[in-house]
Amino acid sequence: MANKRVMIVGGGLAGLSAAMKLAELGIEVDLMSLTPVKRSHSVCAQGGINSVNDLTRQQGDSEYLHFDDTVYGGAFLQHQPPVKEMADWAPKIINLMDRLGVPFNRTPEGFRDQRRFGGTLFKRTAFAGATTGQQLLYALDDQVRRWSVAGKVKIYEAWDYLGPVLDGEGVCRGVVGQDLVTMEIRAFPADAVVIASGGCGLIYGRSTMSMVCNGSAASRTFQAGAKYGNAEFVQVHPTAIPGADKLRLMSESARGEGGRVWVPRTPQDSRRPTEIPENERYYFLEERYPTYGNLVPRDIATREIFSVCTEDGLSVEKDRLCVYLDLTHIPREILDLKLGGILEIYEKFQGVDPREVPMKIFPAVHYSMGGLWVDYEKSASGGLVIGSPRNQRTNIPNLYAIGECDYQYHGANRLGANSLLSCIFSGLIVAPSIVNLLKGAKGAAAEERSSLFEEARNKHQKVHDQLLRRPAGGENPYLLHQELGQVMTKSATVVRHNDALQEALEAVNNMAERMRRCGLSDTGNWTNQNVVFTKALADMFPLAKAILKGALARDECRGAHYKPEFAQPGLEATDPAEHRREAERWCDRFQAATERWLKSTIATCDAEGEPHLTYEEVDTSLIPPRPRLYGLVGAEVIEEVWKSRTAARQAAGSGNGDGAAAAGNKPAAVH
Amino acid sequence: MSQSHNGHPGAKRTFEVRVLRQDDPDSPSYWERHRLEHKPDMNVTSVLQAIAAQGETIDGVKVAPVAYDANCLEEVCGSCTMIINGRVRQACSALVDKLLAEKPDEIELQPMSKFPVLRDLCVNRRRLFRALEKVQAWIPVDGYYDMGPGPRQSQDQQERAYPLSQCMSCGCCLDACPQYGHVPLVARGKGESDASHEARENATYDVHFVGAHAISQAVYYNSHPTGAMNAGERIDALTEPGGIQVCGNAQNCVAVCPKEIPLTTSIGRAGRAATKRVFTKFFDR
Repeated sequence: MANKRVMIVGGGLAGLSAAMKLAELGIEVDLMSLTPVKRSHSVCAQGGINSVNDLTRQQGDSEYLHFDDTVYGGAFLQHQPPVKEMADWAPKIINLMDRLGVPFNRTPEGFRDQRRFGGTLFKRTAFAGATTGQQLLYALDDQVRRWSVAGKVKIYEAWDYLGPVLDGEGVCRGVVGQDLVTMEIRAFPADAVVIASGGCGLIYGRSTMSMVCNGSAASRTFQAGAKYGNAEFVQVHPTAIPGADKLRLMSESARGEGGRVWVPRTPQDSRRPTEIPENERYYFLEERYPTYGNLVPRDIATREIFSVCTEDGLSVEKDRLCVYLDLTHIPREILDLKLGGILEIYEKFQGVDPREVPMKIFPAVHYSMGGLWVDYEKSASGGLVIGSPRNQRTNIPNLYAIGECDYQYHGANRLGANSLLSCIFSGLIVAPSIVNLLKGAKGAAAEERSSLFEEARNKHQKVHDQLLRRPAGGENPYLLHQELGQVMTKSATVVRHNDALQEALEAVNNMAERMRRCGLSDTGNWTNQNVVFTKALADMFPLAKAILKGALARDECRGAHYKPEFAQPGLEATDPAEHRREAERWCDRFQAATERWLKSTIATCDAEGEPHLTYEEVDTSLIPPRPRLYGLVGAEVIEEVWKSRTAARQAAGSGNGDGAAAAGNKPAAVH
Repeated sequence: MSQSHNGHPGAKRTFEVRVLRQDDPDSPSYWERHRLEHKPDMNVTSVLQAIAAQGETIDGVKVAPVAYDANCLEEVCGSCTMIINGRVRQACSALVDKLLAEKPDEIELQPMSKFPVLRDLCVNRRRLFRALEKVQAWIPVDGYYDMGPGPRQSQDQQERAYPLSQCMSCGCCLDACPQYGHVPLVARGKGESDASHEARENATYDVHFVGAHAISQAVYYNSHPTGAMNAGERIDALTEPGGIQVCGNAQNCVAVCPKEIPLTTSIGRAGRAATKRVFTKFFDR
């Protein structure tokens, strides 16, 4: 009998951790990546990776609090069992990465050092300078290299995934890929396929993401029948450096190490920032959120930076929106030791030393919380049944998704330093799931009738050949991509309005039509980046539409999704009785939004590339949803009202023998 | 600074880009000229994006976009290495205004010189990754089950290791090295299997110089408490043909490294370790 093989698409943290774990468990792996895996987008992650640790534990922290911070930060939109399991695994994952040689920063006594990140009050984040993603990726790349030398992993670098191969029953039997150098199209039989292709930021034109983050692999899987969850939840990172080709990330760790965000109180103050006295500076995050200060969750920091520039007119520059991110009060040696990597990026690209002069930064599209829908099996203790073939599986049998391209872990907003964790965690747990899946399988995919693979290959070959034969002089794909990016950035980022979303949807529909008339400037069949880009661009439209449709339909504010007309600002009344009544109304609205909208948006794609939306219940059985306040004005009263309501509901619930289930806990309909 | 296209005041500032192109590994290379509008904050990757969007040369001839590798665009992935105005470096961190300040007339782009050209500015850097296999660039852990934390390390140890760990395998040090010779493309034969092709590639690369990149990585893994457990094997790999003895001490590597990795220090350390190992092995016979 032929050996069973698994194909992994993508070689970032998720794909590589899955590959090494599968290899350890004795499964042979093929891994396909657009780029040499060592150059994957995970290298851009800077700040660190979260877990409870020996120090924070003694300050009252626990796995449960990490879990709580994550779902609270995510506005309760994520199913809780996978998040609980992830928080439980976090300390073990950091230990593993430590053993794999990641040069984590050390304390004087030789322990791993930790810093604080957004959305938590604990110093939970382990880090390796300000290049933690790069260091974690290299450690995993090393292990996969070791397996590759041993012949257990075969890496196909510079290959583009064109889609899954599905048999007559709709079961995934492999993939079709294209060699980016020779343009050869080939079908790869596989007994299980794992999509680990990362985010889709290129839909927005410029973002903090790398050139390979075009979303094409996720989109092709979506178009082949996989469900896509919560597309409208796109994280806009508060602090990035604007550039012509890319918006370069300025890590949250800059604030974690004490960086302060401010604008001059005088609009467009012409003095040098270092000459502006303390009392003429507006530290707006610290003033508006005294508890969390500069480390409020990203969606909040982003909106505040955006509004201080657009609504309050306090942007540092007139023509280019930006605020100061100031590190100049921190000693140079500390900065070099803990933040060197990111400060060098700023210095290199802006020509200014951020140790001497405050940086100018502005929000940029950064991370896709949404992604391919995946399943899980809940354990009796509320976590996951490790090894269940259902974990990380899409709705297509034998087809899995992990890492940023799944929708599982971050809900409506991701906390900083949780993405590296979710990528490695989902990669590690998918391996035993697949081992158990393969145990139950009869024959190997390699023994399938060859016509299945031949037909799938030919279908993609035909599409490719037809593209090359298109008459020249049609729509220019590069300009069309710029246009798409502008429309998406304008309508579906920090602040969203229904009329603008509707308009954007029409514009994108129109562009998708024009896409069909795209002409190629290169019709050759050797390293043709023009045709590869054009295909990827075409596949951006179904996801762009899913983002816009999801955003348009969701009439509420939740995490990264913000529509001003549904916003719930802080309380204003000074009279205590009115204050209380305001809090009651606040909670009424919150309750209504929870009942109406605490649901995953699920998109399915029709044959025309058009997404259709349905909604699924979210499993909030472990931590009941509560108002997400982070020290908003009136937070104490709102919390008080909410607690008394919850207590009343619980009392009523126990009266009719319905226990905790009445306290707003719903079993997940999908499981 | 840059020239204006037709000279009259108010005209948009433009500048010229000269690219050394090559259609495939077997074709001759040729120069092509483009004129681009100057925009704020441009770098060489945005120049290449603009060339693709514009689609025609300075003479109005419609051409295919210039092929190039790029990914992170912030100098941490190592993809976009090329020769810019005669110097090997990353395209993303090569800022147009700086380049034009050094050389006002034009920007000149060429592919790396030591790796075989696939097309235009894309080269095949498999050889560089093969060298990492050769020196066993990994920590030989028992497995991936939970075995507690890694070895405790001092701040000093971390601070010495960290600069080496930032190597992004971009290949600048190799391209600048006089001892690192050009090795032509090992093309896949018609009907040849992936495995057979890879074996031929590896055999070809393995007799040539591994270069500063892999030597420094060997030193990095040898400095880790667990990595040190098979330090001898890494040093052995560095004393084989194509090993550290090929280094001619030109010190170009350290001069061009975009991450300012102390490559010559690594080479020195590896050299001493190799000498010691050779002696120990000789007397242990």
